[in-house]
Amino acid sequence: MISTLTLAAADVSFPVLTSLILIPILGALVVALLPGGDRAEITKLVATMASVITAGIAFWVLWEFNIDDSGFQFTESANWIEGMGISWDLGIDGISLFLVVLTAVLFPLAILAVDPHHDHTPYYAWILVLEAGVMGVFLTLDLFFFFVFFEVVLVPMYFLIGKWGHGNRQYAAMKFFIYTMAGSAMMLIGILATAFLTASATGNDLTFNLIELAEGQALAQNTARWIFVAFAVAFSVKVPLFPVHTWLPDAHTEAPTAGSVILAGVMLKLGTYGFLRFGLYLFPEASVYFAPVMMTLGVIGIIYGAIAATMQKDLKRLVAYSSIAHLGFIVLGTFALNTEGIEGGILQMVNHGISTGALFLLVGMIYERRHTRMISELGGLQKAAPYMAGVFTVVMLSSIGLPGLNGFPGEFLTLLGAFNANRWFAIVAASGVILAALYLLWAYQRVFHGPAEGENAEMADLRPAEWATMLPLLALIVFMGIYPKPVLERMEPAVDALVEHIEDKVPGFTEPVANVRTADDAEKHGDDDDHSEDGDEGDHE
Amino acid sequence: MSLVSLLAQVDVIEFDTPSVDWVILTPLLILSVGSLLMLMFASLLRNLGSTIFSLVTALIGFATAGMAVWLWWVRFEGGDAATSTLAGAISFDGFGLFLTVVIALAVALSALLADDYLSREDLDQGPELYVLLMLSGAGGIIMAMSNDLIVLFLGLEILSIAVYILAAMHVRRIQSLEAGMKYFVLGAFSSAFFLYGIALIYGATGSTNLIDIKNFLAGSVLTDDALLLAGFAMLLVGLAFKVAAVPFHFWTPDVYEGAPTPVVAYMASGVKVAGFAAIIRVFVLTFDQYRLDWQPVIYVLAVLSLLVGSFLAIVQTNVKRMLAYSSVSHAGFILVGVQAATDRGTAAVLFYLAAYTFMVIGSFGVLTVAGGKGDSSHTLDDYKGLSDRSPFLAFALMIFLFAQAGVPLTTGFFAKFAVISAAIDARSFWLGVIAMVAAAVAAFLYLRVIVAMFFSSDHDDDLVPAEGVADDAEADAPGKIDVPPGATIAITLCLLATVVFGVWPGPIDDFARDAIPRLVAEATALGN
Repeated sequence: MISTLTLAAADVSFPVLTSLILIPILGALVVALLPGGDRAEITKLVATMASVITAGIAFWVLWEFNIDDSGFQFTESANWIEGMGISWDLGIDGISLFLVVLTAVLFPLAILAVDPHHDHTPYYAWILVLEAGVMGVFLTLDLFFFFVFFEVVLVPMYFLIGKWGHGNRQYAAMKFFIYTMAGSAMMLIGILATAFLTASATGNDLTFNLIELAEGQALAQNTARWIFVAFAVAFSVKVPLFPVHTWLPDAHTEAPTAGSVILAGVMLKLGTYGFLRFGLYLFPEASVYFAPVMMTLGVIGIIYGAIAATMQKDLKRLVAYSSIAHLGFIVLGTFALNTEGIEGGILQMVNHGISTGALFLLVGMIYERRHTRMISELGGLQKAAPYMAGVFTVVMLSSIGLPGLNGFPGEFLTLLGAFNANRWFAIVAASGVILAALYLLWAYQRVFHGPAEGENAEMADLRPAEWATMLPLLALIVFMGIYPKPVLERMEPAVDALVEHIEDKVPGFTEPVANVRTADDAEKHGDDDDHSEDGDEGDHE
Repeated sequence: MSLVSLLAQVDVIEFDTPSVDWVILTPLLILSVGSLLMLMFASLLRNLGSTIFSLVTALIGFATAGMAVWLWWVRFEGGDAATSTLAGAISFDGFGLFLTVVIALAVALSALLADDYLSREDLDQGPELYVLLMLSGAGGIIMAMSNDLIVLFLGLEILSIAVYILAAMHVRRIQSLEAGMKYFVLGAFSSAFFLYGIALIYGATGSTNLIDIKNFLAGSVLTDDALLLAGFAMLLVGLAFKVAAVPFHFWTPDVYEGAPTPVVAYMASGVKVAGFAAIIRVFVLTFDQYRLDWQPVIYVLAVLSLLVGSFLAIVQTNVKRMLAYSSVSHAGFILVGVQAATDRGTAAVLFYLAAYTFMVIGSFGVLTVAGGKGDSSHTLDDYKGLSDRSPFLAFALMIFLFAQAGVPLTTGFFAKFAVISAAIDARSFWLGVIAMVAAAVAAFLYLRVIVAMFFSSDHDDDLVPAEGVADDAEADAPGKIDVPPGATIAITLCLLATVVFGVWPGPIDDFARDAIPRLVAEATALGN
C-alpha cells in the first residue's frame, strides 16, 4: 500500500496496533451476535475472516518494520485513567514483532483446521477474544494493561478447555485458571509496588508506563529483587517452570486441538515474553542476581520435561511434556543475558509455536480419525497415511532440532549463549536435545511404524483442508531452518539494546560473551561502540 | 443555651433555629416522603398492583439518584462546596452524594427485582416491601450524610429495622422468618453496642458531633484514653456487624439463605454501603489522629474477612450461601481500602462499593429468577445446565461472577485494583498479598458455579445427569426459564454498568476521587 513511506510508517495516523487487538474483538462480537442460532459455516467464516484480516495487518507491520530501529515502533498512546497514570500505550519492537506475527499466523490456522462439533458460536467468539488478549499482552507498554491482558486470556481458554475439551476437562480447566490466577495475583502486587514505590522515590506522578519505569530504575536494590520475585512467580506459572508446571499436562491434554495449539503456540510465550520485558528490562539488577536460579530452573525443566515425555502413554501428553522441555531452553537462553542467548530464546519461542502447534494439529488429526491418543492403540499408521507420516516426520525433526529445520538455530543460539554464561548449564541442557530425539523418535516409531491392525490400517490420509493448514507451517519450518537471518536481523537491534540496557543499569555487569571470538561475532559486535572493547568477561554471578 | 439567651433578651425576640438548607436534603426527602406517600396512596386506592409499586419505587430511586447527581453538578463542578446543615448534623459533601446515588440505585434495582418475585410467591398484597425498602434506603442515606453520632445512629436504626422486617417478608417460608428473627436479635445487639460506643465517645470527648469530636481531639491530649478506645471498639463492633466482617459475620449465611432473594440483593448492597459509609466517616475521617490505634484492628478484620469468607465459600453447596460468604470476603476487600486511611483508600472504597452494588444486585437478581417458585432451588445442582434453560441468565451470572472474581474488563477488577493500590500506597504489602491470595481462592468458588451452569450439559459420551433425563422426558424443551420484565431491566442495567465501567472505569473513578468526605462546619455560623 504505502510502502514508499517506510520511515514514516511509524507515524501513520491509523492505529495499526490497536486494530490488531480490536479486529478480533469485533469479530467475536459479530460471531456472538449473528442471528439465527448455531450456524457453523457462517460463524467459522466470520472468525476466519477476522483472524485473516488481523494476520494481514500483522504482516503489513512486519513489512513496514524498520530493521535498524532498536526502540518501539508504531507506538500509540492515549490516556485511559489519568488519575492513576494508566494509559493505552502500544508499541512493537524486534522482541515482540515475531511473537505478534506468530500469533497472527497460528490463530487462522487453528480456526481453519479444527471444528468444535458443537456450540460453534461461543467457540469461535472465545477464540477471537483469546487472540485479542494475546495480541494485547505482546503489544502493550503499560504495566496495568499488561496485567489486564495477561489475566483476560484466562477466561476464553478456560471455556475452550472446559466446554470443548476431552475427558477430565472441567478439572483441567479449573486447575489452569486457578494456577494462573494465583500466580498473577502476585504479579499485581508487584506491578502496584513498582508503580507506587517508583512514584514516591522520584516524586513524579504515578505512572504505569513500562519505558519510563524501566529507564528510571528508581527502586532500591532489595525492593526490586522482591518485586522481581513477584513477577517471576506469575511468569513461571505461565511458562511453566519446574515446580509449578503441573497444570500444563492436564490443560494441554484435555484442551480441544485448537486450544492446545494456541496454548502451546502462543500462550506459554506470555510467560517467557514476560521474563524478557518485565524481568530483564524492568528489573535488570534482579535479573542478573537471580539468573543462576532461573537458569537452573530452565535446565531442570529441560531434563524433567524430556524424561516425563519419554514415559507418557498418551501422545498428546507426550507433546505437552515436550513443551516443558522446550520452554526450559527458552528460559535458559533468556537468563544467559547475552545477545546469543536472548536471540536464541526468542527464536525458540517462535519455533516452538510453529512446530509444537503443528504437532498438536497432527495429534488432533489422528484423534479425529481414531478417537484415541493412546500410543499403545496406534501403530503402523504410515501404511494407511504415508503423507501424514511424512509431515509428522518433518515436524518432529524440527522439534528435535535437526539442522536445516527451524528448531536448530534457536536451540544452537540458546546453547551458545548459555555456554558463554556458564558452560555447565549448557552441557546439561545439551543432553536434553538427545532426550528429545529419544522420546519423539520412539513415539514416532510406535505410532507410525510396525504392523497396522484394525482401524489403524484404514486411517484416512491428509485431506486437502488439512494440507492447507500444514503447508504454511511446513514452509515456515524449512524456511526458518535454512535462512533464519531475516528473523534474526530484525530482532538483533532490540536484543542488543536490551543487553546494553542491562549493562548500563547494573554496575559491574558485562555481557557474558565467548573469550574466543569468531570473525562473524567480531563483525557483529563491531557495530556497537561501547562494549566491544571491554574484553574481560566473566561469569556474572 | 438558646433558651437561656432568649429569656435574657426580653425586648428583642431573636430565636435562632438551626438553618436548614433544604436543597441539600432533597435526595433524602424524595426517598422518604416518596415512601410515605406510597403507603398513603396504597391504603386509599386498594386495587393498585404490585407492578405499579415496583415501578414507582424504581422511579423514586432513580429520581433520588438523579437529584444527587444534579446537586453534584451544580454545587461541586465548580469546586469543593462542602458544607453542613441542620446545626452541623448533616454534612453535604461529595462522599455523601456519591453514596446517596449508590444506595438509591440499590433501592431502585432491588424494587425492580421484587415485582415478579412477589407475584410468583403470592405475596403481592400491598406495598410494604417497597415502602420498607425506600425507608431503609433513606436510613442508609442519612448514615452516609451524617455528621453526628446520634444522627448516624438514627440512620442506622431506620435502615436496620426496615431490613429486619424485609428479611422476614416471605411469611410462608420458615427460613425467611428464621432469617428475620436471627437478623433482628443479633442486629439489636450490635445496635446496642453501637449506642454504648456513642456514649463512651461522648464521655471521652464531650460531644457527639463529629466536627466537635475531631476538633477536641486535635486540641487536647487525653491523659487517659481508655474511654475513647473502648468507644472505638464498640462503634466498630456495631458497624462491622452491618458490613458482615469476620468475626461479626455469623448471621450472614443464614440470613442470606433465608431472606427473600430481592431483599438479599439490597442487604448485600445498600446495607453494606451504608455501613462502610459510617466506618469511613467515623474512623478514617473523625478519628484520623488515632489511626495507629484503630488501623491494626481494621487490618485484622480485613485479613479475617478475606480468608474466612473465601475459604468457607468454597465448601458451600448452596449458591446463596456461597454468595453470602463471598460477600464477607468482599467486605474484607473493602476493609483493605479502609485500612489505608488515605484519600486514595477512600476513593477506592467508593469505587468498590459502587461496582459491588451492581455486581451483587445482578447476581442476586439472577438468583431471584433462577430460584424458582418457593425461592428454594439454590443448590449447585439446581444451577446445572442453566445455560440451556436460560442463556441470558447464565451469561449474566457468568459476567457477575467473573466480576466478583476480579477478572479484568469488569468493574470488579478495577475495584480490586483500586483497593490494593491504596494498600500498596500505604505500604501494606502483606495485606495486599493476602487479599490477592483470597481472590484466587474465591475464584474457585465462582468457577464452580460457572462450571455448573455451562459445562454440565454434556455433549459427548459423558453421563447425563439423571434429573436432566427426567426433564427431557416431561417436555422436549428442558424447562426454559422466562425472565420477567422487571428482572430483565434490573439485570441488564447491572450488566451494562459492570461491563461498560469495567472497560472504561474513568468516569466513576473520577467521581469517586473527587468525592472526598469532609467535615466542614456550617458555612453560615449559628447565632451565638
